[in-house]
Amino acid sequence: MINDLWHYLGDGANWSGNSGLWANISDHLIYSFSAIIIAAVLAVPLGLWIGHTGKGSTLVVGSVNASRALPTFGLMVLLFILISPHIQGRSNIVYILPVEIVLVLLAIPPILSNTYAGVQSVDPAIRDAAKGMGMTDGQVLARVEIPNALPLMMSGLRSATLQVIATATVGAYIGLGGLGRPIYDGQQQGPFQDTDSGHLATGQLLTGALLVAAVALLIDLVLATIQRYSTSRGITGRYRKSHLPGPANAVVELSEPDGGNHEPTRMAATEATAS
Amino acid sequence: MNRTRVISMIAAVAAGALALTACGSSSTTATTTSAAGAGSSTAGSSAAPGSSTAPTAGGSITIGSANFAENVLLMNIYADALKAKGITVNLKPKIGSREVYMPALQDGSIDLIPEYSGSVLAYFDKTSTAATSDAIYAALPKAIGDKFKVLEQSKAEDKDAVVVSASVAAKYSLKTIGDLKAHSADLIFGASPEYKTRANGIPGLKAKYGVVFGTYKTLDAGGPLSVAALKNGQIDASNIFSTDPAVSADKFVVLEDPLGLYTAQNIVPLINAAKVTPTITTTLNAISAKLDTASLTELNNQVAGGKDSDAVAQEWLKAQGLI
Amino acid sequence: MLSYFSDHQSEIWQLLWSHAKLSVIPVIIGLAIALPLGWIAARYKWVYPPLISIAGLLYTIPSLVLFVTMPGILGTRILDVVNVVVALTVYAIALLVRVVADGLASVPFEAKQAATAMGYKPLGRFFAVELPLAVPVIAAGVRVATVSNVSLVAVATFIGTQQLGTLFDEGLNAAPGQQTSILLIGIILAVLLALVLDFAIQFGTRALTPWRRAVAKP
Repeated sequence: MINDLWHYLGDGANWSGNSGLWANISDHLIYSFSAIIIAAVLAVPLGLWIGHTGKGSTLVVGSVNASRALPTFGLMVLLFILISPHIQGRSNIVYILPVEIVLVLLAIPPILSNTYAGVQSVDPAIRDAAKGMGMTDGQVLARVEIPNALPLMMSGLRSATLQVIATATVGAYIGLGGLGRPIYDGQQQGPFQDTDSGHLATGQLLTGALLVAAVALLIDLVLATIQRYSTSRGITGRYRKSHLPGPANAVVELSEPDGGNHEPTRMAATEATAS
Repeated sequence: MNRTRVISMIAAVAAGALALTACGSSSTTATTTSAAGAGSSTAGSSAAPGSSTAPTAGGSITIGSANFAENVLLMNIYADALKAKGITVNLKPKIGSREVYMPALQDGSIDLIPEYSGSVLAYFDKTSTAATSDAIYAALPKAIGDKFKVLEQSKAEDKDAVVVSASVAAKYSLKTIGDLKAHSADLIFGASPEYKTRANGIPGLKAKYGVVFGTYKTLDAGGPLSVAALKNGQIDASNIFSTDPAVSADKFVVLEDPLGLYTAQNIVPLINAAKVTPTITTTLNAISAKLDTASLTELNNQVAGGKDSDAVAQEWLKAQGLI
Repeated sequence: MLSYFSDHQSEIWQLLWSHAKLSVIPVIIGLAIALPLGWIAARYKWVYPPLISIAGLLYTIPSLVLFVTMPGILGTRILDVVNVVVALTVYAIALLVRVVADGLASVPFEAKQAATAMGYKPLGRFFAVELPLAVPVIAAGVRVATVSNVSLVAVATFIGTQQLGTLFDEGLNAAPGQQTSILLIGIILAVLLALVLDFAIQFGTRALTPWRRAVAKP
């Protein structure tokens, strides 16, 4: 099995060409990130507004639970059936559009609910203090609520990105490219058998699986790092010893409370919406 | 909150889980059982997964099919005819492409499958050069070995074909596969994943006709994705099967194959030799005798129009006096 | 749509039942495994980070990948249902370990102290005090796992498992007039199933935590 994987990975012909592995990786990333960006553009402002004003919170809760129940696979096929008669001519748009729509629908609720939860979770005392300092509504939002909400927002973004990368593989069923392609094609040709075509299929399948898992992990790592460093140090409690001379107790070196993994758990957001 | 409450809830959930799994393993019926379900919990490859039903006088058999409509229809035809003769029939429809269902035949998960003579020969003997119906049929017994048997073949054929849409045919004046050679670099070919690697697929097009397509789009084996893509112009050529109703309905042009890339493909039952009985032989031979390409195409038409595959099978069998 | 449904009722009910089983069983097994693991992670602080990292890693792997590689890992046949169950159980464990650990960690220390003072041994305390108090958090996780499963199980169509996703495949291959009907039946049933399971878990949670209701009534 591992041999089949190495053979397939090692064969340069599999990487090149417009349906080769490089193309699959780049297509997959393009499909995933466009969906995330569109979803973020829609969901972040909405979440901020709902969190800030407190109106429409039931919408948030309802949409998150509903989206988890969404049979993404079925929706993709349905949208494809509905859209394909209307699109003529050479291009892959007829395969991309149904998948993108479903991916955006999938990505909006986690981003929305985590943005909302993030803004909501800001300590009222802090908001009060900000207003006391004379900040306008907008300034409170921009200077206080958003920075405080950032950890949860990034957490939602990470969760959404992972789901999107995973679900984009399913698009191969209706003919979309991306990393689902080698998985699906390998699967269709009878892998895990001791025949020539079986070995080829196993290699293709495992390659696709390995690549998409690797891409998902890598992206998650990148996002986790961004999350960690974009969160204001006032929130995470990570201070560095000052290099200035002075009283030894003037600066605090706190260790990170939970092993540097200071992201509010997904469960915090889930519990907020589940109760 | 006390311990008894927790324990009783856990017990209730565990009992529920056990009940669910028990329900699952006992629901092996003779109808379209899950292709997976019947083969799962039993470690050995039992050739008769529907063993919960008592064996009748006629014995039992498991019939599988490939993942396209015509093969499911043929499976239904075989199944209904055998059922009428008192044989217990288990079905495993839509297993997948030949690369997937052949191992199922080989390990006994299925006993019988409607096959296409040329493709079977190519699967078992890659070096064979037989191209006509009779030559292929004569070469089959040796190629498939003792474990399997082919019964009599039918006159009905469903061949692979390279198909283009009417507009593409007109644009490049295409009549034969060879005509593609001059333009193929600009063209997009769309078909199943296995077509890209099979000997009479893309490699065969290159070897026999020198046709190399610029882009290959992986869709399905002459199924709805390929047909829609050909119709709507996402691809220029595809591998659609000759009895597919879409060919006439959507005015596709079947390119001629003068060099014989595609051999004859007569419908023939491929069966596990151990499962052959006189009843099965006579029943299936009778079906093969009555089936021809025109009627097969017509039956495919009916299924494509929305009629239930099994209903179409039964009607045809009744009309032919076979049940 | 209704005519297709009535014509194929028994087949559709079987698919729905199969889908329900495949959604629920992995969560039950996953919870059974996640409870001790989560308890360990909550009890021994040094276990928490590596365990949660591994869980996070597993959860990151796309479901399709787990489904198709299972036959290779387990040595099962390709069309085996076990592949789906094991893959989804892995997911459930990955999700629930963290939930259980966080839930158990959120039990107030005073409650545990009081239980010990009353004479509970650690195991007794776990079942009588810690677990019940952690139920709301764990139940939230179970809801997420179960409802996500309903959508994930449909992807098992790729490996030939018979469940509601089969309707999606059938819908794609059906005659043009019927395609939308079949697909809608599958989608609607899947959503309904998710809702029913969600309510069932919520109801069960409420049954298990009567003390939360005690304060609500005036």
